[in-house]
Amino acid sequence: MSVTNPRTLFDKIWEAHVVETLPDGTALLYIDRHLVHEVTSPQAFEGLRDAGRRVHRLDGTFAVTDHNVPTDSTRFTGIQEPESALQVATLEKNVAEFGVTYIPLNDKRQGIVHIIGPELGLSLPGMTIVCGDSHTSTHGAMGALAFGIGTSEVEHVLATQTLLQKPAKNMRVTVNGKLGFGCTAKDIVLAIIGKIGTAGGTGHVIEFAGEAIRALDMAGRMTVCNMSIEAGARAGMIAPDEKTFDYVRERPMGPKGEALERAIAWWSTLPSDEGAVFDKEVVLDAAEIAPMVSWGTSPEDVLPITGTVPDPDYAADEARRAQLRRMVEYMGLAPGQRLQDLKVDAVFVGSCTNGRIEDIRAAAEVARGRRVAEGVRAMIVPGSGLVKEQAEREGLDVILKEAGFEWREAGCSMCLGMNPDKLSPGQRCASTSNRNFEGRQGKGGRTHLLSPAMAAAAAVTGHLADVRELMPREVAMGDAA
Amino acid sequence: MTPFTTLTGIAAPLPMANVDTDKIIPARFLKTIERKGLGRAAFADMRFNDDGSEKPEFVLNQEPYRHAEILVAHENFGCGSSREHAPWALLDFGIRCVIAPDFADIFFNNSFKNGVLPIRLPREICDALMEDARLGANARITVDLARQVVIRPSGEEIPFEVDALRKHRLLNGLDDIGETMQRASVIEGFEAKQRATQPWLYAGTPAT
Repeated sequence: MSVTNPRTLFDKIWEAHVVETLPDGTALLYIDRHLVHEVTSPQAFEGLRDAGRRVHRLDGTFAVTDHNVPTDSTRFTGIQEPESALQVATLEKNVAEFGVTYIPLNDKRQGIVHIIGPELGLSLPGMTIVCGDSHTSTHGAMGALAFGIGTSEVEHVLATQTLLQKPAKNMRVTVNGKLGFGCTAKDIVLAIIGKIGTAGGTGHVIEFAGEAIRALDMAGRMTVCNMSIEAGARAGMIAPDEKTFDYVRERPMGPKGEALERAIAWWSTLPSDEGAVFDKEVVLDAAEIAPMVSWGTSPEDVLPITGTVPDPDYAADEARRAQLRRMVEYMGLAPGQRLQDLKVDAVFVGSCTNGRIEDIRAAAEVARGRRVAEGVRAMIVPGSGLVKEQAEREGLDVILKEAGFEWREAGCSMCLGMNPDKLSPGQRCASTSNRNFEGRQGKGGRTHLLSPAMAAAAAVTGHLADVRELMPREVAMGDAA
Repeated sequence: MTPFTTLTGIAAPLPMANVDTDKIIPARFLKTIERKGLGRAAFADMRFNDDGSEKPEFVLNQEPYRHAEILVAHENFGCGSSREHAPWALLDFGIRCVIAPDFADIFFNNSFKNGVLPIRLPREICDALMEDARLGANARITVDLARQVVIRPSGEEIPFEVDALRKHRLLNGLDDIGETMQRASVIEGFEAKQRATQPWLYAGTPAT
């Protein structure tokens, strides 16, 4: 492609990283950052060891444990569950043997890999970033090309710092206008997935654009990009701007001084050119987005909180009717039931989707002066040790604990059933995480995806609730900006 | 990787869309540090009751489908996580080919790396293959990768698309990493150029 043609953000980053194009069009793509965690790396390191290979770029590779780690004090005295302990110990052995930079569990910078990448300044605009985890799309909020890979590809990147990739197609999702009262980045992305479906972005990289996206802070942008994968996209990205550069300026491990200014000069050239062509375009109006909640077992099955459970009998075809019946049954629902009448057993605020300081502030704002409803277990799990420390500096832990929330250590926690934080069969959870698949939060568990403010509203009322009814109007307006 | 050439086997019909990676292998089975042995975890929550007994209504618990080597499903197969444990579990169970109208990207990539062939065919053809599969053990389906055809029990041949490079590697069981490492000098040349224009990417390993 000639450089005079208008190019997208994705095109520019892609072209800057093509090492070589193979005869069939597959690119050997250079990877700037490789983030490694304990679940998808053991077999990759084993492969390196068996072949007598080393890690190609130690200064581009960073490791942390997050999926398996308990979020209570037992993490400091030794993980009880033997398989989890072995997986963590295996990563520690591998990073020592291969010389990879590792952030240990007792380091305050430890946290969920997709929280700490941007937070520490490891993830920067213009980069290619990979990790053996589908939510690597989060880092696209920095204006980077970031995507999840499998373990064979983890090994390929460790050994060569490259990947064999076919270029993705370009898709743009534009969210025009201003978000309404009580609505957040999470509501935007749930509304997008509801509109385009879980395969709506398959084969594409989505660039999120428009006034409502530009208005989001970096945390909100990360929430949106995080769930690109739930829309089927290979990656999600947002053009870097002054907000991005201001964010990078404060990062402990990011570039500084002249190097930073030189980087910003390049990053400023990355936004999609006027007239760049997208293979697929979707447009939403932010003003039409209400606080959203998922009701089924796929992230596309979302409704405004004011909605009611759909009736499977009205679905278009028999396959969809069967699918809806299975969901309604699994979720313990009745067609026509009001979502706001659904009582919850558990509330989870955290995860790579919503575990940042801004998310904890939003939950604390709703929780302030209220009490978690009788019989509800409500957990706040900061996404990193640094987020936890910041929240404690602001006194948010005190507000939340006084309201009856559990205040936990950083980790993936109840987003997925790999550590002690799990639902029991039949339990209903209001969750700020990203997937509501059957059994995702523990076998038989029932997940409703929503924003941190909506999760806190569910905690204090004991049922799914419209957060707008609990918020003073001026506070909500401030949060939405 | 075991080469994939021609496969003739029993196909199991799984008429569901959005078969996600948590269905293919629930997260609690991801704690292994090995690739092998995950067949018991394949579709665990759909296959087994809490006490470990089989759910007789699930297709892979029925004869002859417990010996299935091909799975036929509906749209968006493998959506969700990047866990390569999903194709590892299918492979260890004995499944070497999944046929569906479309697949989630990461699952699709991961499958090729492990000698599991994902084939995209239109929904109506998937439905026809499911009908064939319901005929049981005498209605085996053949997948011929070299000729890029699925052969129905009737003998009818259905062509499918596959990326040329991936086909070559599957047919020969080639290791991607070994091939890429032969390009080491090109990669080093790229790095030298990038280091000059974007030095902030090469700041060295920050202290921890």
